[in-house]
This record gives sequence, C-alpha cells and structure tokens, in this order.
Amino acid sequence: MPAIQSPDAIEIHPDVALVERAKNGDTAAFEQLVRQYERQIFRVAQHITQNREDAEDIAQDAFLKAYEKLDQFQGNSKFSTWLVRIAVNESLMRLRKRKTSKTVSMDQDVQTEDGSIPRDFAEWRPNPEQLYGQSELGDILRKTIQGLPPGFRTVFTLRDVENLSTEETAEALGLSVPAVKSRLLRARLQLRERLSRYFKQKDGGPKP
Amino acid sequence: MTCTDFLSQLTDYFDGQVDPTLLAEVQTHVRECHHCEVVLDTTRKTISVYREHEIYEFPTELRERLHTAIMKKCTGGR
Repeated sequence: MPAIQSPDAIEIHPDVALVERAKNGDTAAFEQLVRQYERQIFRVAQHITQNREDAEDIAQDAFLKAYEKLDQFQGNSKFSTWLVRIAVNESLMRLRKRKTSKTVSMDQDVQTEDGSIPRDFAEWRPNPEQLYGQSELGDILRKTIQGLPPGFRTVFTLRDVENLSTEETAEALGLSVPAVKSRLLRARLQLRERLSRYFKQKDGGPKP
Repeated sequence: MTCTDFLSQLTDYFDGQVDPTLLAEVQTHVRECHHCEVVLDTTRKTISVYREHEIYEFPTELRERLHTAIMKKCTGGR
C-alpha cells in the first residue's frame, strides 16, 4: 500500500502560538497580537464608520471581545480574519445606532444598480498621482469612498484596501464567495465611476 | 462575448481565475472593445490608488493612546 505522503512541516502561523499563550493568561502574548493588528482593526473600523472617534471605540471593543472570547477561537481561520470579523460586526452595529444611516446591513445595498453599469468611458491620463498632490488625492479618495453604501464600502475595504483574499473576506463578513464577488464588482465599478469625475482626461488636453 | 459578459468576468479576471476556456474570449473582447478596455484599465487604477494610499493617518500619538486604552480595557491595567 502506498504510504500517504505527509508534508514534513505544516506551516503554522505564528499567531497560533501567541493565541495559545494568551488563552493561558499570558498578557504579553495578547499584547503582541494587539500590536500586530491594532492599526488594521482601527483602519477597517474607520473605513466602515467614516468616523475617527467611533473607530477608536470600536477597536477597543473589538479587542475586548476577542480577549473575552479567545477560548472560542478554534483556529479554523486565521486569527486576523476572526478579529476583523468582530470589528466589522461592531462597526456595522455602530452604524445602525446612528440615526442618520439607513442602509447598514450587508444585504440592503444589493438592490441598487446605481453606478454599477459603466457610463463613463474616458481614459485616466495622466495617472491620478500625476494629476493631484498627495493631500488633494487623499481628500478625493476619502470623499469618494464615503459616498459608497456601507455594505459595498466594507467589501471593498477588506478585499482591496486590506488585501484579504475573497475567501477570507467572505468569512469575515459571513457571506458566500459569490456574494462577495458580486458586491466587490459593484463596489469597484461605483468607485471607478465616481473617481472618473476627478481623474478622467480633460477635453482639450495635449494633442498627440 | 458581450460587454455584460465581460463585466461578469471582471472580478475573476483580476484574480487570474477566469476559466481557461473563456480567457481567450475575454482578451479578444478587451482588444476589440475600447469601452471595456477603458473600464478594465480604470478599475485597475481604482484598486491600486486605494491600495497604495493610506487615506487615514495613524500618527504615533493616536497609536499609543489606542494601544494603552485597548490593553487597559482588556486586562484592567494588569
């Protein structure tokens, strides 16, 4: 009978050991995890809520929840994905509490076709970075992503800003892979359409 | 391949996951349809401009305050 080849060493993520130590009460190990992910968690929360104070609160609450529920972390997913999932839930909950926000679930934005069908076919030349300075570009990018419905903003943030894989994004949002892909397409197309107002080649530009 | 068919493949195209039997059709469509060529290029730039620019600052003072607050909340200052 052929022997089943087992890999010599299965790659274990360094977080696994830190989580194990933290579970056993090692606060230094937990602090190490906080250091590794506080920026990412803060950034995710700020992208979703578009509010710095909220993002600070959410980051604290998300780490507290993670700390209290460490025993429930089974290691089936990456620790960072698990943590992001907690932060996303906290962020969406925060948006729901805001009276001004209407669409805050991951499902509500799907109905709108707005901006998902390309209408602007102008080229972006020169590149955005050549057209605007850092600070002006930052303003444009913040303003544009703010206008996106929260559900789309969240998918775009995890997949394209944080660079999670499609599968990790699905896991963090509790969505199926096809649902993530469909929202991601709409999010990207809507952003593209909105950015085009700023980045498109102006009429009367340099002639060839 | 229509423009709508092309759009439905766009996400997989960026991920390099288009079914091999469809890939040639996608590539031919982009070569022949200027609108889709622009959509592909500007969508790619949309992703890269957000990926490459940190749009929210995280200054040291904020990081330290946040870190201290998180640890205090979790461990009660232990």
